[in-house]
Amino acid sequence: MIENGLGAAVVRREDRRFLLGKGRYVDDIELPHQSYAVFVRSPYAHAAIRSINAKPALAAPGVLAVLTGAEVAADDLGGIPCGWTITNKDGSKMVAPPHPALAQGKVRHAGDPVAMVVAKTKAQAKDAAQLVEIDYDPLPAVAHLNTAVASGAPLVWDEAPGNVCFDWHLGDQAATDAAFAKAARVVTIELTNNRIAPNAIEPRAANGHYDDVSDHYTLYTTSQNPHLIRLLMGAFTLKVPEHKLRIVAPDVGGGFGSKIFHYAEELLVLWASKKVGRPVKWTCERTEAFLSDAHGRDHVTHAELALSADGKFLGLRERTLANMGAYLSTFAPAIPTYLHSTLLSGPYDIPAIYAEVKAIFTNTVPVDAVRGAGRPETTYLVERLVEKAAREMGIDQVEIRRKNFIQPNQFPYQTAVALQYDIGDYEPTLDMALKAIDRDHFAERKAESEKRGKLRGFGISTYIEACGIAPSALVGALGAGAGLYEAATIRVHPTGSVTVFTGTHSHGQGHETTFAQLVVEKLGVPYESIEIVHGDTDRIPFGMGTYGSRSAAVGGSAIYKAMDKIIEKGRKIAAHLLEASVADVEFKDGKYRVAGTDREKSFAEVAFTAYVPHNYPIETTEPGLEDSAFYDPKNFTFPAGCHCVEVEIDPETGVVEVVDVAIADDVGVIINPMIVDGQAHGGLAQGIGQALLEEAVYDSEGQLASGSYMSYCMPRAADLPMFKVGNHVTACTHNPVGVKGVGEVGAIGVPPAIINAVIDALAPLGITHIDMPATPEKVWKAIQAAQGGHA
Amino acid sequence: MASITVNVNEEPHVVDVEPRTLLVELLREHLRLTGTHVGCDTSQCGACTVWVDGKAVKSCAMLAVEADGASVTTIEGLAKNGQVHPMQAAFHSCHGLQCGFCTPGMVMTATELVQRNPSPSEDDVRHGLEGNLCRCTGYHNIVKAVLTAAETIRSGQASQEGGAR
Repeated sequence: MIENGLGAAVVRREDRRFLLGKGRYVDDIELPHQSYAVFVRSPYAHAAIRSINAKPALAAPGVLAVLTGAEVAADDLGGIPCGWTITNKDGSKMVAPPHPALAQGKVRHAGDPVAMVVAKTKAQAKDAAQLVEIDYDPLPAVAHLNTAVASGAPLVWDEAPGNVCFDWHLGDQAATDAAFAKAARVVTIELTNNRIAPNAIEPRAANGHYDDVSDHYTLYTTSQNPHLIRLLMGAFTLKVPEHKLRIVAPDVGGGFGSKIFHYAEELLVLWASKKVGRPVKWTCERTEAFLSDAHGRDHVTHAELALSADGKFLGLRERTLANMGAYLSTFAPAIPTYLHSTLLSGPYDIPAIYAEVKAIFTNTVPVDAVRGAGRPETTYLVERLVEKAAREMGIDQVEIRRKNFIQPNQFPYQTAVALQYDIGDYEPTLDMALKAIDRDHFAERKAESEKRGKLRGFGISTYIEACGIAPSALVGALGAGAGLYEAATIRVHPTGSVTVFTGTHSHGQGHETTFAQLVVEKLGVPYESIEIVHGDTDRIPFGMGTYGSRSAAVGGSAIYKAMDKIIEKGRKIAAHLLEASVADVEFKDGKYRVAGTDREKSFAEVAFTAYVPHNYPIETTEPGLEDSAFYDPKNFTFPAGCHCVEVEIDPETGVVEVVDVAIADDVGVIINPMIVDGQAHGGLAQGIGQALLEEAVYDSEGQLASGSYMSYCMPRAADLPMFKVGNHVTACTHNPVGVKGVGEVGAIGVPPAIINAVIDALAPLGITHIDMPATPEKVWKAIQAAQGGHA
Repeated sequence: MASITVNVNEEPHVVDVEPRTLLVELLREHLRLTGTHVGCDTSQCGACTVWVDGKAVKSCAMLAVEADGASVTTIEGLAKNGQVHPMQAAFHSCHGLQCGFCTPGMVMTATELVQRNPSPSEDDVRHGLEGNLCRCTGYHNIVKAVLTAAETIRSGQASQEGGAR
């Protein structure tokens, strides 16, 4: 292994600024003559706006502007666009209602922004926001899937009868029906996938500055994909050409999906800046974040698995309702469809699959991608079904999985739901996780728990996910409005140091370290002489950003591709210097060498010659050493693995303690094992949070009942154990780095393992089902009901 | 407006603040010490943790005027003479941070925890960090970092005592 190259556990170079308190997050940025914005948001889930009186607020001290939907309409600001169109079963297009940046005529969820107050200080803006008089006419609201689809339910949008956004399907219905007809056993499950709030610890923020001298707009925003925001603002919302628009996403304090999307606030601060002639900054408060960041999950599903008498999977059917919220967020329609049902085969050979998904509007915050995005919902559904099938048929939980795994010799494997898995090897990860959790001695530990009056359960999940999003032509055919390649520019400086400009964005992932490792590996230059630049559209030519575990697989591949071009140009220069033919010059360990000789030139010498081209092949080769690449992935990547969990339940209180977690993942080639483990840890915490603690709860009126950290239960240090993390590597076959992606594995794999373990613990009481989150109240009630008590 | 005198990171400051100004606003907005972060509005997340007279305090839950006459230490004041604190070093070596946003509060809480309890168990650390939320790390490497730092500090003190003998 090369020092600091591929596979080295290099400690992160970004740590120093964070540990010294010198990070630079959006809210840390104060511009000259800074002003501050506060949004007035709807207290109602659904209401008509009768009138808005801004005068008292306008008269308050320090107030520079009070802006409403009327001004948004007058200035022709575009609505917040949705970047994905789903085609219905009948060939028609989904309902895509308008999404004005500030409400016009109606509000459709609690938290819908109605007015924007801009003042000289934050306190003045807050005070004045209290003075905006809005007269609402409350309307009946729907918050939950089952009530939204009931006949006679209030409509969120008149143009969406039955509140249906789209009615979509995937797979071969006839073949699946036939598989069920011949099945020896059909196992069914009804489940919900609980709604969660993303909760990056840094709340969203935006600071917009319009410079009237240069007629340029600069936006500092908490984004995972600044170029995508520039594209959407340029083309759809602000309608300013890209060369006049600079988007900077500096240090960003976590994203987890929630900072992918184009939000109204980032448009409005720039627009307001031009109006008031000062930079305008908005910083979200946590309670406000619960009401304005896109939420995740929120499915109600009926699913069935058809099996042969000996437990072979023959077919799978899914009928899901997916909550879209009140408006369609940037990627929302893709999440419960192409990022969900396409994974229904899991790591299993299932000949026939058919999925039907209806997306439903409700008077709630929009729902979009949150860490895992569609795939946790799939894995939960499949792995709960498999657990139930094994239990009902008396087959061991491990053996039923082994029996149905796609075998190594079946790759590339074409699933029944559109995807083709390039490579995988599932038994080794299963064996590793079982060994790490010491499943062989589980019975002894269970008996020991029983002696202490506790119920112990073992749970397992073998999952697959699709990452490395995504081949542009494919997603275009499926309804995406953009390409999903990635871009990179490599600038080699005259003395041989290297700056990499990447279109991905790092907000915790450690790209400044891992991408530098890629350069060490490939160009052989010292780690210290490499810098990774991200997050500024004026510095980086282009990019699509970071989400769907794509940065290493797609962004890293773009960097590799650009480095290939650099190496090739350098080869021509080296051949000239070495007086050899280009074909005879090989590049290895940072040196160009004439094959079979000791005649060589270092990469730094070649770089210097490129910029000081005195002795140079000037007729055929331009001076300079800089190149760019766009990499469009050929396929998704398919990380997979096994997550095992042991829980201990106190039947007196219903408290579920996670006593052991052992996972083994195949995330492809590992660039930095320390960072890969860290990504897995974080995903596990989110997955365990969803399974046991977290839920964005709406009441029947559409009020968010868990709208702060007082009521929304985030996982804390004492809720979690140490995690045992292992890896088994099969290299991705179609990208040059061989990586698959690791950011989401924990959030995807572990929730069903947790619930399967809870069911395993409670099964002796006759309990076969519990929905997430398995809170003490829910578990205690289930125990009481099973024991014939009154819950 | 009230005039208050606060010693922040060993520098005296005399500042005029509104009575409603929070300590975290004094630090971030008046003194431009932006290492202290705000992650919630209910004193749950702990990103704003600083020390007031040596005790870890959530600076979003204290008025600036209450800090009149006090000594405040923020993340910017933890490293001394260009040397990072063993807790900062351990967070780095153990990969105890990812996005870095919770990190200042986490480090300030953890450092005070180890001052109070120089030999914490894993359980002590997990419960001691109850008031600090992290969404990135799953706490695994944070707990490792705190245990590592505690050991480093203990062995440093032991060798100092050894050297004095």
